[in-house]
Amino acid sequence: MPKREDIKSVLVIGSGPIVIGQACEFDYSGTQACRVLREEGVRVILVNSNPATIMTDPDFADATYIEPITWRVIESIIAKEKPDAILPTLGGQTALNAAIDLHKHGILEKYNVELIGANFEAINKGEDRQIFKELVLQCGADVARSHIAHTVEEAVGFAEDLGYPLVVRPSFTMGGLGSGFAYTEAELRRIVGDGLHQSPTTEVLLEESILGWKEYELELMRDTADNTVVVCSIENVDPVGVHTGDSITVAPALTLTDREYQNLRNIGIDIIRAVGVDTGGCNIQFAIDPSNGRVIVIEMNPRVSRSSALASKATGFPIAKIAAKLAIGYRLDEIPNDITKVTPASFEPTLDYVVVKVPRFAFEKFPAADATLTTTMKSVGEAMAIGRNYTTALQKALRSLEKRGSSFHWDGPASELSKDELLAVAAVPTDGRIVTVQQALRAGASIDEVFEATKIDPWFIDQIVLINEVADAVAASPLTDEDTLRLAKDHGFSDVQIAALRGTTENEIRAIRYGLGVRPVYKTVDTCAGEFPALTPYHYSSYDSETEVMPSERRKVVILGSGPNRIGQGVEFDYSCVHASFALSDAGYETIMINCNPETVSTDYDTSDRLYFEPLTLEDVLEVINAESQSGELVGVVVQLGGQTALGLAKGLKAAGVPILGTTPEAIDLAEERGLFAGILDAAGLLAPKNGVAHDYDSAVVVAEEIGYPVLVRPSYVLGGRGMEIVYDSPSLEDYFVRVAGQGIVGPTHPLLVDRFLDDAIEIDVDALYDGTELYIGGIMEHIEEAGIHSGDSSCTLPPVTLGQDVIARVKKATLGIAEGVGVRGLLNVQFAVGAGVLYVLEANPRASRTVPFVSKALGIPLAKAASRIMVGDSIAALKAEGMLPKLDGSIVPFDAPVSVKEAVLPFKRFRTKEGLVVDSVLGPEMRSTGEVMGIDRDFPRAFAKSQEAAYGGLPLSGAVFVSVSDRDKRAIVLPVLRLQQLGFEILATIGTAEVLNRNGIRTRIVRKYSEGVDLANDEPTIVDLINRNEVDIVINTPSGRSARADGYEIRAAAVAADKPLFTTIAQLGAAVASFDGMKDGFTVTSMQEYAWERAESLERAEELVRAGAGQ
Amino acid sequence: MIVTEPAVFVLEDGHRYVGKAYGARGRTFGEAVFATGMTGYQETLTDPSYAGQIVMMTAPHIGNTGTNDEDLESAKIWVAGFVVRDPSRVVSNHRAIRSLDDDLVEGEVVGISGIDTRAVTRHIRSAGAMRAGIFSGADFALSPDAQLDLVRQGAEMTGLNLSSTVSTAVRYTVPAVGERIGSVAVLDLGVKKSTLNYLADRGFDVEVLPESSTTAEVLALEPSALFYSNGPGDPEASEGHVQVLQDVLRAGVPYFGICFGNQLLGRALGFGTYKLPFGHRGINQPVLDRTTGRVEITSQNHGFAVDAPREGVTESPAGFGRVEVSHVSLNDDVVEGIRCLDINAFSVQYHPEAAAGPHDSMYLFDRFREMVLTGRLDISTATLETESK
Repeated sequence: MPKREDIKSVLVIGSGPIVIGQACEFDYSGTQACRVLREEGVRVILVNSNPATIMTDPDFADATYIEPITWRVIESIIAKEKPDAILPTLGGQTALNAAIDLHKHGILEKYNVELIGANFEAINKGEDRQIFKELVLQCGADVARSHIAHTVEEAVGFAEDLGYPLVVRPSFTMGGLGSGFAYTEAELRRIVGDGLHQSPTTEVLLEESILGWKEYELELMRDTADNTVVVCSIENVDPVGVHTGDSITVAPALTLTDREYQNLRNIGIDIIRAVGVDTGGCNIQFAIDPSNGRVIVIEMNPRVSRSSALASKATGFPIAKIAAKLAIGYRLDEIPNDITKVTPASFEPTLDYVVVKVPRFAFEKFPAADATLTTTMKSVGEAMAIGRNYTTALQKALRSLEKRGSSFHWDGPASELSKDELLAVAAVPTDGRIVTVQQALRAGASIDEVFEATKIDPWFIDQIVLINEVADAVAASPLTDEDTLRLAKDHGFSDVQIAALRGTTENEIRAIRYGLGVRPVYKTVDTCAGEFPALTPYHYSSYDSETEVMPSERRKVVILGSGPNRIGQGVEFDYSCVHASFALSDAGYETIMINCNPETVSTDYDTSDRLYFEPLTLEDVLEVINAESQSGELVGVVVQLGGQTALGLAKGLKAAGVPILGTTPEAIDLAEERGLFAGILDAAGLLAPKNGVAHDYDSAVVVAEEIGYPVLVRPSYVLGGRGMEIVYDSPSLEDYFVRVAGQGIVGPTHPLLVDRFLDDAIEIDVDALYDGTELYIGGIMEHIEEAGIHSGDSSCTLPPVTLGQDVIARVKKATLGIAEGVGVRGLLNVQFAVGAGVLYVLEANPRASRTVPFVSKALGIPLAKAASRIMVGDSIAALKAEGMLPKLDGSIVPFDAPVSVKEAVLPFKRFRTKEGLVVDSVLGPEMRSTGEVMGIDRDFPRAFAKSQEAAYGGLPLSGAVFVSVSDRDKRAIVLPVLRLQQLGFEILATIGTAEVLNRNGIRTRIVRKYSEGVDLANDEPTIVDLINRNEVDIVINTPSGRSARADGYEIRAAAVAADKPLFTTIAQLGAAVASFDGMKDGFTVTSMQEYAWERAESLERAEELVRAGAGQ
Repeated sequence: MIVTEPAVFVLEDGHRYVGKAYGARGRTFGEAVFATGMTGYQETLTDPSYAGQIVMMTAPHIGNTGTNDEDLESAKIWVAGFVVRDPSRVVSNHRAIRSLDDDLVEGEVVGISGIDTRAVTRHIRSAGAMRAGIFSGADFALSPDAQLDLVRQGAEMTGLNLSSTVSTAVRYTVPAVGERIGSVAVLDLGVKKSTLNYLADRGFDVEVLPESSTTAEVLALEPSALFYSNGPGDPEASEGHVQVLQDVLRAGVPYFGICFGNQLLGRALGFGTYKLPFGHRGINQPVLDRTTGRVEITSQNHGFAVDAPREGVTESPAGFGRVEVSHVSLNDDVVEGIRCLDINAFSVQYHPEAAAGPHDSMYLFDRFREMVLTGRLDISTATLETESK
């Protein structure tokens, strides 16, 4: 069937903020879908609360709603836009859940809108575990024995039948949230208790354990004519027990015979038919008992998933794009294969290379968290690598993680630990287990022993044995032996690894390699193993004989991406890289993207003229640049958009003679190097908080005592506030050094910056452009939390809502002074604090910041695009003249402009201590949020309310509020709490806070502190029990300096675990209280396009005013 | 453990690729072809259709799951030589009983590893399948010119009849499984074990005949149907088999053919056959069933194809009535199946028995069974729905 003519407009539901288990892969899939639908002439309406996404750029839809993804908001959009259909399968579990809600509330029926991609019945069959299990059995396939429980007691009963250990999986949650293995009844009670809470249907599935089985995934697509293809098979190197998102995975599957593979394929096709995914993709997970081949179907997702993004990048088959076409009626054989152009999409890609994905974890951000990997996903990002063999792909992927110790190494003896100790460590899956396995093999463990400990397939273990053997050969051979170098390169060894093995430097190995002509070639990802010519330049390196890079005589710009997502460096940077690619392509340059993150839009082969899927290390980047320098003119490399990853390569690239575009590496140093930066501030007449530099504990104490406590300590050259803390005294400072020891973040070449900490200051974030003569403010953001909380974790508002024109004028002047002093060409981000009327400069970063997409969305200023043009020599004046930049910059916001609020989304719920408690959720100078949402409306309270709704599902309008604040906050809470009482909330407090409130005339119920324990005689519970019992609706708890942290911790942990709104700063509380009135009316929705029209009009009026003012 | 013994892969156009010795040592010659399946190397190696060919796998890792007895498609490895990039050093599968390396050595199959198989594939894709040789052990030391001369002395695939090398020497029977509905005479031109099993599963006593069998010998069995298998060689060099087929069709016996059996039906009906530039060898090949509009992902292994009009109904030049092209390749429009409208005969160019490959086309065995049972070919009788059960 060709395209359906009855579908003229489609509402696409996005996936909301980046959270663990649902990251920017859905920006990639959603962006593809929006593009395809518009190409097909369909009017696209989009809802997504995440401003950091490409898909929410107004260019990608006809009507873009940056609004909370709730059924009520979507109903408002449906009522306004009247779409013919809703596409819910490309926005992850969030979109699917929203679709289910819309169905349940009768909205689809009311407005006569159809779900396309998957209908309600199909979603339900795939997601409801009991229905799915029966369906699998009907298909003749097998499932793990299981029971459904709705209460903890029921679960304990079923456990007698299934035996321990057993698996607990809550229904309808994403990323395996709330699931886990229970080895004992106590564990079962805890996991089931949590799981019942997480599940919107209050049910959990209990299953027999298949721990240690081999795990596989298939990505399938089906069209309206029932044509079904398997796009990709994926094998998990880590066996069952580790969430697939946390596993090292490989595509294609490497340890299956054809019979076994075809059996999985047959089961998969039967299931996609039985579930009834009519048009689009689905993902099915299998487990295979390695001893006898018994196959169990674990689960299926009737939608595009994280794995489908990986499969798309791994094969070159764009699943989301094809899924969108199928959804509007096309058949697979009617859609051409993008890469070959001559063959149809109704085929199964075949690979002549190996793809390895490795997860990126952030346990260093949550030191208290138990780092054991389970069926609950904990990784925050991933890196993918392509190699002609597994060893190469694995080693490339590991070095793509950019993390100390993530690559295989051969320093000194295998380890301090013995073989048996290493095997015992490897038996527990954790971040970095693969390196422990390598060390155990070095220490003499056999393949069988490692298999017994880890259940990793012996084939994968032998590949590490092979890598160790190659390392031995490298170590034993003369420095200039070409054969050994080639052998090492064919197994993915980096120059750094080879240098370490031969006791020399990376540069020397590189020089020897160049001398011998040992250089990589670049192969193409073509979906067909070379059977047909590929037209899409999607490349990866290999030390093979033939390169496939087509010469080009154009002017080229290389853009370095930001690598795997991590806390502090996420989708925001990819946004900037993609924008640079678009803008430079429009300006006539050939754009060349280098990145290793499979989740992103930047690694879509459609984004840039050429894509190199390579690690972002100096060696790998230099080789790509060498390959591209063989033809055309290399104008330069863009390093300031890819976060610290790209910026960190600037010096090395420049030293190798590669032109760096925009701000020079020397200027970047000026901003990072404390002494030099102080000089710039002096010259511009600007103040920084009193500060100093230290390299160890002793010097730090001297500096801190001179400045006076509290101090803010901050390692240089880090992103996301890594290692940043507020320290109140010398013993705490000593403790700090103990904790960061061995992390390599403070040392002789990486000094520690020590700043006077400004209490009660307002923090201001500025993003600006500078071309050498003119400064253009992108936006001035005011943080809602006071200084001391990382800007990434703080909510902020644009335009500022409490800053006067005087402060804004000073900020603007200061920004110009810094831009001139540093010598910025492109983007600059400056953080200021205003305390007691004094403007302090906290730090300046001559690069794209995390807030670039937010500013661009809020004010309609394409900062990253403009920055990339400035980097290739265009002036701000020219960009204004061509209309890329509005005439007035972001420091001038019209009086009636809407207010945008950015709110951070935090992952505390994912991380548990060894005792099973949620880790502490107090905000601090080290960033821990994974993503953000934006609320935009006509005033701050409404915008803030939307941001809360989008981030946390909104605030309750009635119920009980628990208040417990530190002494210094007691004055400030009286008014907001009074307002809460007037709104009808019941106020609970512990004794100290209750005293203050009661004396201020606020009736307060006193509850017991956690440390007091339950009063058994009077059956009086503690506050923690009340929260656990669901009797508290909002928790307000501010930590008090250094002491009494423990009591607060239990309260916050309980609040997070119970999913209750938690305010840890008074500023947040004030904003929330102000927003209640806005919420009562419900939300009105406005598209970004409507805002743009309004803004254009009011900017015109503002321009007239400015002109009139200038004329006077 | 790291192999360093050299070997060289030499193409008739003078291209040389140095790699490492793999499998048996020595020299071997054949037509260089590439196969793109990511699974099923054991089925591929033991498929008689690959006789006379040096098979290069585009998937880099080969041998990971070892070998076993169940996945053999015939009694031995038929390929003339084997080219891979990264052979497995260990065997990992619960069904494995031997390593692939051991099987290659035992089968005296000379192989080579460490080759940039993608570069060679791209070369064959543009230059076409060609004669080639692998030299290892003492033969590696021969001069490049001497090696090239030896390669060029080898036989060209065009015009070659290889049926006698792969066929069974004596007739044998595979009894029907379950309810017997008749017998099928299978002319063994290189038949695979799975094909015989699927026919027996459909209730046929399967009588496997040597390729040299005459019309009289076939008809003497009074079979319910005749089946021509896949096999190696140029169909144009198999006029004897074509003659037998024409005779049996005229006797009114229903016919089903696979692969080589499709090319021979084409020739029996009076159409020509021709050599494809580099053939179709993979398990991901999309084929459109024009009678149903459905797409099948098929397993293919053919270097020749039938030259028949793609559109509409054509009169058989050899007088068998109306014929139509029932299946075409969606990649390049090559004829993938033909169907007679006035006699009970049909055939496909691809492999419904798969092994290796997807099971999308298994319905064709059901369609064959129905044709024999009802005496007419009805394309609606069995559809894809039954394929994967």
